[in-house]
Amino acid sequence: MPKVTIDGIEIEVPKGTTILQAARMIGKHVAPPAMCYYSKLKVSGGYCRTCIVRVTKGSAANPTPMPKPVASCRTEVMDGMEVANYTSEQNLIDRKGVVEFLLLNHPLDCPVCDQAGECHLQDLSYENGSANTRYDFDRRSFEKIDIGPYVQLHMTRCILCFRCVNTANQLTEKRVHGVMNRGDVSEISTYITKSIDNEFSGNIIDVCPVGALTDKTFRFKSRVWFTKPVDANRECKKCAGKVRLWFKGEDVLRVTGRKDQWGEVTDWICNDCRFEHKRYSDWNIEGPSHIDHHSVISQNHYELAKLKLDTGKQLKELKSKKQVDKK
Amino acid sequence: MGKQLLLENINVQGISTLEVYRANGGYKALEKALKMQQSEVVDEVKKSGLRGRGGAGFPTGMKWGFIAKPEGVPRHLVCNADESEPGTFKDRFLMQNKPHMLIEGMILSSYALGANVSYIYIRGELLYVYHILEKAIQEAYDAGLLGKNILGSGFDLELYVQCGAGAYICGEETALIESLEGKRGNPRIKPPFPAVSGVWGRPTVVNNVETIAATVPIILMGGDEYAKIGIGKSTGTKLISACGHLAKPGVYEIEMGLSTEEFIYSENYCGGIKNGKKLKAVVAGGSSVPILPAELFLKTAKGEPRLMSYESLADGGFATGTMLGSGGFIVLDETASIVKNLWNFTRFYHHESCGQCSPCREGTGWMEKVLHRILEGHGKQSDVDLLFDIQSKIDGKTICPLGEAASWPVASAIRHFRAEFEEYVNHPEKIKDVKHYYNMRNLQPTA
Amino acid sequence: MSKEIKFTDDTMALVQRMIKRYPEGKQKSALIPVLHLAQMEFDGWLDAPVMDYVALILNIKPIEVYEVASFYSMFNLKPVGKCLIEVCRTGPCWLLGAEDLVRHIEKKLNIKDGETTPDGMFTLKTVECLAACGTAPVIQVGETYHENMSTESVDTMLNDYKSSGERKTHFDKKHIKTQL
Ligand SMILES: Cc1cc2nc3c(=O)[nH]c(=O)nc-3n(C[C@H](O)[C@H](O)[C@H](O)COP(=O)(O)O)c2cc1C
Ligand code: SF4
Ligand code: SF4
Ligand code: FES
Repeated sequence: MPKVTIDGIEIEVPKGTTILQAARMIGKHVAPPAMCYYSKLKVSGGYCRTCIVRVTKGSAANPTPMPKPVASCRTEVMDGMEVANYTSEQNLIDRKGVVEFLLLNHPLDCPVCDQAGECHLQDLSYENGSANTRYDFDRRSFEKIDIGPYVQLHMTRCILCFRCVNTANQLTEKRVHGVMNRGDVSEISTYITKSIDNEFSGNIIDVCPVGALTDKTFRFKSRVWFTKPVDANRECKKCAGKVRLWFKGEDVLRVTGRKDQWGEVTDWICNDCRFEHKRYSDWNIEGPSHIDHHSVISQNHYELAKLKLDTGKQLKELKSKKQVDKK
Repeated sequence: MGKQLLLENINVQGISTLEVYRANGGYKALEKALKMQQSEVVDEVKKSGLRGRGGAGFPTGMKWGFIAKPEGVPRHLVCNADESEPGTFKDRFLMQNKPHMLIEGMILSSYALGANVSYIYIRGELLYVYHILEKAIQEAYDAGLLGKNILGSGFDLELYVQCGAGAYICGEETALIESLEGKRGNPRIKPPFPAVSGVWGRPTVVNNVETIAATVPIILMGGDEYAKIGIGKSTGTKLISACGHLAKPGVYEIEMGLSTEEFIYSENYCGGIKNGKKLKAVVAGGSSVPILPAELFLKTAKGEPRLMSYESLADGGFATGTMLGSGGFIVLDETASIVKNLWNFTRFYHHESCGQCSPCREGTGWMEKVLHRILEGHGKQSDVDLLFDIQSKIDGKTICPLGEAASWPVASAIRHFRAEFEEYVNHPEKIKDVKHYYNMRNLQPTA
Repeated sequence: MSKEIKFTDDTMALVQRMIKRYPEGKQKSALIPVLHLAQMEFDGWLDAPVMDYVALILNIKPIEVYEVASFYSMFNLKPVGKCLIEVCRTGPCWLLGAEDLVRHIEKKLNIKDGETTPDGMFTLKTVECLAACGTAPVIQVGETYHENMSTESVDTMLNDYKSSGERKTHFDKKHIKTQL
């Protein structure tokens, strides 16, 4: 099995593992952020470029460093490869550039966005962006549209990660939404207003890293941090029926897939579970969800607030660790 | 004038027909190649030192050597006739006048690679050339030069033309492959490279029109003879499409190593600058390569004459050099505005970005807007540094080289002509001609 | 669109021929050439029902057709005039006066870039490098390249097209028979 060293930490991983996956195996302190990669999708990643890292040594056989940053989510590890993520200052500068590009046309309407509190872009810019914007032109904007009874598309917020398209490709034979146009006028659309109504369509809400695809049955009912996530299950013929319920008092406001520590669903759920079962009595309650994602949900509630990832501090720690290792 | 290997007989009446092409020695190289072993054909191309004429200059023989040969999986040769790099129009010229030269090259190259179905992907705007190629291919089928058992050799080849529909990015080889598969022209994330997994997941070689055509003289004269032409690792002849402020713009075939000065000023080539004006700057290899001011273009930083070759044009790296690229040679005279020209190119890349990756999708538009603001006389002091910073954040962080293609012109224009940008910013009142066309920014790729 | 959406027999035969150029099951590869033919048959642009028809012929999802059609600049998703005038606006043509040509045509036809004359005769569009920079400025009308253009030659060109009245929006019908 190939061995790879990421930010000074070595790990042995199965052949075919990507740098990103290897970094996640090591842990949060070295894992690059990912906005378009999604572990549950067979095809994803490579587009947003937030996960870029520097390969400082190609492999044991061919030690030449790679000349440009690589997308860690789409680059397989080689035996003896050495990777710098948070330990490369240039890499952090490059990533900051990418975050700036992602935010360029984003409306920054977080106060009125349903995703606020569980938005990966919010987290990303908090951790890797700079406070002020250098972009002083009009941002692109679109009308909100309903695509069917359950999902609303607010294209203005989309960062074109293509997860929702890949999800539809994976979960249904009859994808009806896709990418129209090209360049920075690209948009996610059905082209002619059609509803997205296959049995698993609700999953595109869960995979969307921002508030571009939202649950119409939940809209504005509450800010996420006022709701309480609880894991629950039911017998379902279409999916595994393992979900997360979001309570306010005794009411189930929303049903979503369960997400892992990277904010990615563990199981796809069907629309029946997601949209049609919102009574307490529909579910077998398992207990409060373990929210590992460093979002405001975890900060305000439940478990001890996770320490914010401070890249500068972490950099120093890792560097001193490396020196210790060398001695 | 140097040797004319590709443009030979180009003015012969009817050379686009099979009959006249054959009467002038056409398909002799094919006859010769079909009597050789496949590997011998590859060896001749390796010996010739031929480098890809599409822009990157990768050694063709080596590329052919990389093609995977899994048992029972068909391989494909695809000709890149997407020619869309601003300043480049050599492939169109060759195809419309000598379509059979490309077809002959396609057959013998397919033979060398063991491909039995090959495609020519031509940009959609060149529909009229598409029809010329269709007709020529039909002639070749009728004469037994295509189809089963070509010239009794036992080698079979089906050759098809496929047209695009308006997208510069489809010149990038993996975007071209996607487009050939009937998809959006989104470049693929590499690896895997086309040599392993290309069209429909099969091993594929993509070569430029001129590269394929050059295999014809290479087989005729032998790789060693071809390698004697040119200079150093820049062997053979190269088509240069010269345009802009020149007395005699057009397509010229040069022997590599010709001096840039002779190329611009000699009556055999461009005949000097139009209307006797002075040379200001040159974009030597298509809009993507760094722009150079006249002094650095005619002489290297070391003061040596600059030559038309991969190495000499690149001498000095990006600090003082540029690239041969696709051979799209754009000349700007003393009246041209570098800033305006850059805005136009940047607008082009913005329009042509496929939109897959964030740095290129968002960054190209940002640069265009900043440049347009400067041109309108509303530039800020910080804009020049901002532009330089944006391009540096795109460069190297994208899926395909279009990001770089958009960055390099900005970086080089600021590097060599910073004062001109500052003049625009500091003295907006002096900007004479602010009419530059606002409408020309429309982005929706529909009417 | 009142008329039935159906290719003529000749066009359909050409479509079938194009599909055969690709391996079994890879018929989607014919999408771009078939969309060119669809524009030719159905008034120079691609209405949603036309794209659905193409999806049916190639046995692919309609969304796949919309995605592709909206990517490429030669596919018109809105109606265009009988004559599509495409002026190259990129660097080399622009250096040599493309901008003046656009202004001239706008004034003469009293339309802006991207618009169609009220009589449905002309649509003006600015496009990117047409690979004819040596004979700049260049205008493409249908399949025809007009090179070394000046305001005078533009006038003649427009008059000629107006009086001939033939459709000039890319793929020319006359090639159907020869390529069958
Ligand atoms: C944005 C972009 C546009 C390109 N356009 C063309 C083109 O129009 N024609 C071409 O032959 N190569 C083009 N290339 C280069 C091709 O990707 C590829 O390198 C070439 O077709 C290989 O052929 P060669 O080795 O014979 O040069 C382009 C590359 C990029 C990144
Ligand atoms: S809608 Fe959401 S999931 Fe889909 S591309 Fe946009 S950001 Fe990604
Ligand atoms: S660099 Fe630009 S053209 Fe290339 S894949 Fe990225 S967005 Fe598309
Ligand atoms: S997560 Fe790797 S490029 Fe987007």
